[in-house]
Amino acid sequence: MAEVQFRFRDDEAVGDPGVTVDSFGAQSNAAAVRLEPGDEARDLLPHLARLRLIEINFPSFGDGRGYTAARVLREAGYTGELRAVGDVLVDQIGFMRRCGFDAFAPEVPLDPVDAQAALDRFADVYQPAADGRVPIWAKRHPEVQGG
Amino acid sequence: MYKYDTYDQAMVDARVEEFRDQVRRRIDGHITEDQFKPLRLMNGLYLQLHAYMLRVAVPYGTLSGAQMHALGDIADKYDRGYGHFTTRQNIQYNWIKLDEAPDILADLAKVEMHAIQTSGNCIRNTSSDQYAGAAADEVTDPRPYAELIRQWSTFHPEFCYLPRKFKIAVIASETDRAAMRLHDIGVQIVRGENGELGAAFYVGGGMGRTPMIAPLIKQFVPLDQFITYAEACLRVYNRHGRRDNKYKARIKILVHELGKEEYTRQVEAEFAQLLSQNIEPPLAELERIKAQFADPAFATDLSDQLDRSDPDFALWVDNNCVTHKTPGYIAVTISLKPIGGIPGDASADQMRLMAALAAQYSFDELRVTHAQNIVLAHVRKDQLYALWQALDEAGLGTANLDLVGDIIACPGLDYCSLANARSIPVAQKIGQRLAAKEQEIGELKLKISGCINACGHHHAGHIGILGVDRKGTENYQLLLGGCEGADTSLGQITGPGFDEDGIVDAVEKATELYLSTREGGERFLDTYRRIGMAPFKEALYG
Ligand code: HEM
Ligand code: SF4
Repeated sequence: MAEVQFRFRDDEAVGDPGVTVDSFGAQSNAAAVRLEPGDEARDLLPHLARLRLIEINFPSFGDGRGYTAARVLREAGYTGELRAVGDVLVDQIGFMRRCGFDAFAPEVPLDPVDAQAALDRFADVYQPAADGRVPIWAKRHPEVQGG
Repeated sequence: MYKYDTYDQAMVDARVEEFRDQVRRRIDGHITEDQFKPLRLMNGLYLQLHAYMLRVAVPYGTLSGAQMHALGDIADKYDRGYGHFTTRQNIQYNWIKLDEAPDILADLAKVEMHAIQTSGNCIRNTSSDQYAGAAADEVTDPRPYAELIRQWSTFHPEFCYLPRKFKIAVIASETDRAAMRLHDIGVQIVRGENGELGAAFYVGGGMGRTPMIAPLIKQFVPLDQFITYAEACLRVYNRHGRRDNKYKARIKILVHELGKEEYTRQVEAEFAQLLSQNIEPPLAELERIKAQFADPAFATDLSDQLDRSDPDFALWVDNNCVTHKTPGYIAVTISLKPIGGIPGDASADQMRLMAALAAQYSFDELRVTHAQNIVLAHVRKDQLYALWQALDEAGLGTANLDLVGDIIACPGLDYCSLANARSIPVAQKIGQRLAAKEQEIGELKLKISGCINACGHHHAGHIGILGVDRKGTENYQLLLGGCEGADTSLGQITGPGFDEDGIVDAVEKATELYLSTREGGERFLDTYRRIGMAPFKEALYG
């Protein structure tokens, strides 16, 4: 299994690799699970309280289902580690951060300078997502409550 | 029209730097072509038969004079003095060098333009009605909604690796001039029961190898839930759209396979969930954008009369101009379809001239149409003759809007690596063959694609032509009866295909049959719908 190269959280990392969604159902005390692109993230919602690590696998970077899975989990209140694993590339990690990933274990390690540049690229964003960044429209209209 | 503020500008500037960096990493060999491909595609850069092609976004087809001028300069500086306006209201340059592409993006950013998401499996540039803001039949200008979509979809973190590309069109009148229902999402801004504005959503249209007309999935989405609803439509697609077969990956297949009811049910469930996430821009943001699309300062005391004593001018007015909502004004289409020319091409000089004419005659604004022409939307009738003279002198006065010479054609085998057959020479030959009769024939929309991908909208042509490969030689199928707009229909294949000269003859035969059987004021399409395919088959193959 690839090493975690970037982690944006302070808590202790979970040592055990995530189990598959299928075996997770039976293994009632597992704290880590691994989602494949075809898995339904919402199946995990009843178990979020005991989960500390959810790995989302990107077998190929072009398969973007993991972005939706990540956001769905964050929207449902999951606060544990959300780790992108697999074909994770420099030019995708900015989007992944926005969708709620806070750890990256790329199959092929990334150039740290390029990765940092990618994460810092855009000072602002047009739309809210799962990272709490304030969208441009809210900055344009500070008077609007909740905007 | 919309002006960037510092946020918008910072976004495109950062994008230029990002792309410069990506090109550098590619040239240094840090990333492979496979890894670079989706990145360059998201910047509109395709590798074609002879060179790179760059597609520049023209959001909802609207341009300022300065922007059109810059497009002309780019054609001179980085291409061969030409640009090609596309059926998605964008512009493409066909002879681009990879190492210069970042400089082009930098030049574009100086005039508030970009190539963001003009290709790749993401949300593409939103198209709209070319007469927006001028049309007498619109309930409101659709472009502010398209701008709202532009911002929401730009670098949308969840939707940059969709199963397939995603195209949205927004209109706001009953007459659909943007082929709205042939898009992945078609939005029509409508009035609700109490006169308030809202959005009707049509989802799952498209062309390509399985053309489909989008069904209506929601009659009325209130404006303060507009983006949230779109997000729900996209999320269901991103999660469940097919990824096993790229030919079945468009949303039209998902909607078709699930059925409209089930897709809608899933969207509604997602929508209910997303409403709690506060992702909707406030109405104040829509108002901010709308203010920038306010009517220009139309003069109010103008005469509505036109001096039609010059017959060439009168012909052009009758063909290329449409009624404007304000008396004394008229909306003008500049045809980029000279007889025997390449449909949609404009030279750098022509672009700069159109820019100057827009500044002089049309409040400094132009539109690209999905039929690959240019519109000056707000021209004073008392200045129309002077405008026409200037256009005519530059080879831009062709009086053939919606006639058989106003052909839509994709780049085809002359440029495109996916093509089965050439499109451009066929368009040129048909244009020449029928030029003398085109006024008599009247409205006839002819559309040509060089392969099944249907970039030339052949399914939606009154006459459609599809290039296919038949045992290694170029062959052309003929389709009849397609139509976009309110009465959208898909063309039917007549029978066996033709070679290049044969297809020109076949089109001519079809028009002859029409001329001899039409009744009253029937257009080609009306006659076809009345008499059906059989007489045409008889004329073609009998
Ligand atoms: C020369 C390079 C081009 C390539 C490689 C290309 C490729 C493609 C492909 C593969 C599709 C089918 C996608 C699908 O159905 O999933 C497609 C569709 C399309 N392309 Fe192009 N295209 C090119 C140029 C153009 C140009 C110049 C235009 C405008 C004139 C255009 C407009 C369209 C449109 C309108 C569609 C149909 C969209 C739909 O299926 O809903 N393309 N293109
Ligand atoms: S229709 Fe086919 S030949 Fe024409 S541009 Fe599209 S992909 Fe190329």
